[in-house]
Amino acid sequence: MTAATETLPPGFGEPDAEDLRQADLPPVMPIAIVTLALIVSGGIVVAAQYGRPAHLTIPTVLLGAAAVLLLVNAVLIARIRAFAWPVFFRVLGWALLAYAVIAGILEYVFIYDHTPARLLFLFTAMLVLFAIDVPLMLSYSVARWQPLDAN
Amino acid sequence: MTDTAVGAAVGPDALDHGPGDAVPASTPPPGAGGHGPPPVPNFNIVPVRALPIVAVVLVGLIVAISTDNLWGLTFFHVAGGGLWTSLDLFLGLVLGPIMGSMTIPARVEFTTKFMPKMLLIMPTLVAMTLGAGFQLARHVGNLEATYPHHGWIVASMVIVGVMSVIALGLLEPANLAVLFELKKPHPNGERIGRLMKVFIYTAGITGVMQVATIVIMTFLASR
Repeated sequence: MTAATETLPPGFGEPDAEDLRQADLPPVMPIAIVTLALIVSGGIVVAAQYGRPAHLTIPTVLLGAAAVLLLVNAVLIARIRAFAWPVFFRVLGWALLAYAVIAGILEYVFIYDHTPARLLFLFTAMLVLFAIDVPLMLSYSVARWQPLDAN
Repeated sequence: MTDTAVGAAVGPDALDHGPGDAVPASTPPPGAGGHGPPPVPNFNIVPVRALPIVAVVLVGLIVAISTDNLWGLTFFHVAGGGLWTSLDLFLGLVLGPIMGSMTIPARVEFTTKFMPKMLLIMPTLVAMTLGAGFQLARHVGNLEATYPHHGWIVASMVIVGVMSVIALGLLEPANLAVLFELKKPHPNGERIGRLMKVFIYTAGITGVMQVATIVIMTFLASR
């Protein structure tokens, strides 16, 4: 790292337009990571009770908190004015497709296992949030570093 | 997961241009940061031709689950888990340091050819391992709360959960952002270095967790 400042062209360390725009962006990534952590935690709490009557209060609270955070994130992203929207939606579309397949496989496992209705609802809701939250992170983290006219 | 390899490929030390390193002939435009990145070969972010292979693997996984076939479930879980863990450790401990000693253009070229493939390989292995693993544990009764070593199972769930959050929340977004950055006419080397630091710092955490997973799984398999 130290040699870089000596050998690279002048202006190497200067921020470009994308760097300057970062300060105006909302904290989407931290919120999305917390959302994912809540979803995963809820899944672990439910799975750890497998084979005995499950207490669903904690996972339901975790799921609710995750849903609220995801909604907040969606609103925060929608309010961004200067953003590489074409890139965002392109990555989002493909990522949604990929994670819908992954979530679909997991949902299939739960249905195949005759998961009780209340648990199945909880798992399904978690999978839906998961399949939206991760693509949101991927598309946002790509688009935030792209020029506004990128497509 | 594929963290260290990329980190070493175009990581912070990729900014250290030695006397023998190639630099691009083109000069970055004013305002672009003047980052002097090495030449970037043309590449596809998602290797579309490999998608049928992924589809075949996923169909096989679904068949194994739907038939509740013990051999099939064991195969997908052990093969997927073994490859997942081996790839992580190999990339982090062997390939990463080797790539760190390569020239900058060589690292960039390797990254542009290697990382898109990893975008398909790693999620497929993770889906194989976790999907078959959950069903296998249910099939043999390891998932039951009455299982004598239930605590170990829960511990493995927690470890996988933390690894998933790190991989999906930090590694994969940064990985994708780097690939898109390399697609630009004038990639920002300083930005790539910053993004790669995420890989390097989290690589240690996931590496330790992979070892912990091996300890738990071999313990449970020997009971």
